[in-house]
Amino acid sequence: MSLRIPCPNCGARPVHEFVHGEIRRAPEHLTDPEERDLDLAFMHDNVEGVVAERWFHAQGCRRWFEIRRDTRTDRIVEAEES
Amino acid sequence: MNEFVERQMKLTWRPPKKSYDVAIVGAGGHGLATAYYLATRHGITNVGVFERGYIGGGNSGRNTTIIRANYGIPAAVRFYQRSLDLYRGLEEETGRWLMHQARGLLWMAHSEAAARAERMRAKLNTEFGAETEFVGPRRIRELCPQLDMTGGGRWPVLGASYHPQGATARHDRVVWALAEGAMERGARVHQNTPVTGLLLDGDRVAGVRTAAGDVAAGAVVSAVGGHVSRLAAMAGLRLPIRTHRLQAFVTNHYRRQFEPIVASSELFFYASQTARGEMLLGAEIDPQPSFSYRSSHDFVQQVCRRALCLLPFMANLRVLRQWTGVCDMSPDYSPIMGRTGVPGFYVTTGWGTWGFKAIPAGGEQMAELIATGETPEPIAPFGLDRFARDRTMADRGSAGTH
Repeated sequence: MSLRIPCPNCGARPVHEFVHGEIRRAPEHLTDPEERDLDLAFMHDNVEGVVAERWFHAQGCRRWFEIRRDTRTDRIVEAEES
Repeated sequence: MNEFVERQMKLTWRPPKKSYDVAIVGAGGHGLATAYYLATRHGITNVGVFERGYIGGGNSGRNTTIIRANYGIPAAVRFYQRSLDLYRGLEEETGRWLMHQARGLLWMAHSEAAARAERMRAKLNTEFGAETEFVGPRRIRELCPQLDMTGGGRWPVLGASYHPQGATARHDRVVWALAEGAMERGARVHQNTPVTGLLLDGDRVAGVRTAAGDVAAGAVVSAVGGHVSRLAAMAGLRLPIRTHRLQAFVTNHYRRQFEPIVASSELFFYASQTARGEMLLGAEIDPQPSFSYRSSHDFVQQVCRRALCLLPFMANLRVLRQWTGVCDMSPDYSPIMGRTGVPGFYVTTGWGTWGFKAIPAGGEQMAELIATGETPEPIAPFGLDRFARDRTMADRGSAGTH
């Protein structure tokens, strides 16, 4: 069984209907604007564990929503509309 | 007992020393190749390789063993051609049979636009040293008679770029040949010894904290696949890496007569036949970042549907085995090798879906960098600092799948 993403409007649907969106934040300790831009452009937290992320239901309701997913297991922790 | 097991039993496994000249994290292809070339090319044998699992048990044991050099940018073509050349001499150099076999790689074009792209790629590759030519349908039929040239009516084969040096090798033989070569010369490989931290001396990385105690090191090299962001974070470093799953599967045996490696960017799959006669199929990475080794039925379904357009004979085969690796994807689909800005800490990462073919050259160049302190010219464009310098090495078109 493939990964199913719980869309708040359409219910759980196969991952291929969705576009993944990372929520990017430069770390607090970076204060130099250029360094922050560089970080936002290229760097990733690449979290091993629970991560908050956005998904776009491209082949469904075409709305963005936010879920929390454990990247170690691909288990969805919770979902909410955003 | 086969010769492979026999050879391994001759190796002496010793506990980690208190200090090494070079500590390498990760005993996969890249880590072991770095140790091997440090020993053979530079006489540096006070080297420890730390591995949380077993030798070649990560992505080195989960790839599809394709060796090719037909990339899309000059620096990459030169680098991978260097690797291809090293691979060709590696059996003789190590004295081990690696089941290396040149079989030719056909990269299909199903549209005029794709044919144009493949023509351009053939020109670029030939120019920079990786023999490639654009071939038409008649030649393709000779090279791979099993192809449905109509592509199931939807994906006609208009032409292909043909890379005759495209090859495969046996992955575990490659990693073990490198491990043995390094260990025979004095390097130590520590399996089941996870690195849990880095020893810092001011802003300098001065060693590794392992399950077997602290080990000082003049240089620490991350050759980690899959968990490199975590290791880099211990040195206070952020990496432009996202880790995604990549799946592959093999079918049951088929008569050993499928010679070339067949790839299609438009159909997003590639296929080759293993020495055992299994058809080996791979495709693109899973869309979400993940560290899970779980495989999905969905993947097999989608790849089979696409692969059958070109290779209808496979409809009669059964899927035998499926597996997953985790790939460190860089934003520009090129590897990241070299210094990190943190003294004493080197990385070789961003090996995404193209790491196996780069094992010898990656190891050779990293070894040269560590031994001489100078970044060798072939990997200079692939440094981590390229993102800050606005000199990314975008090559998605040729690195996308395998």
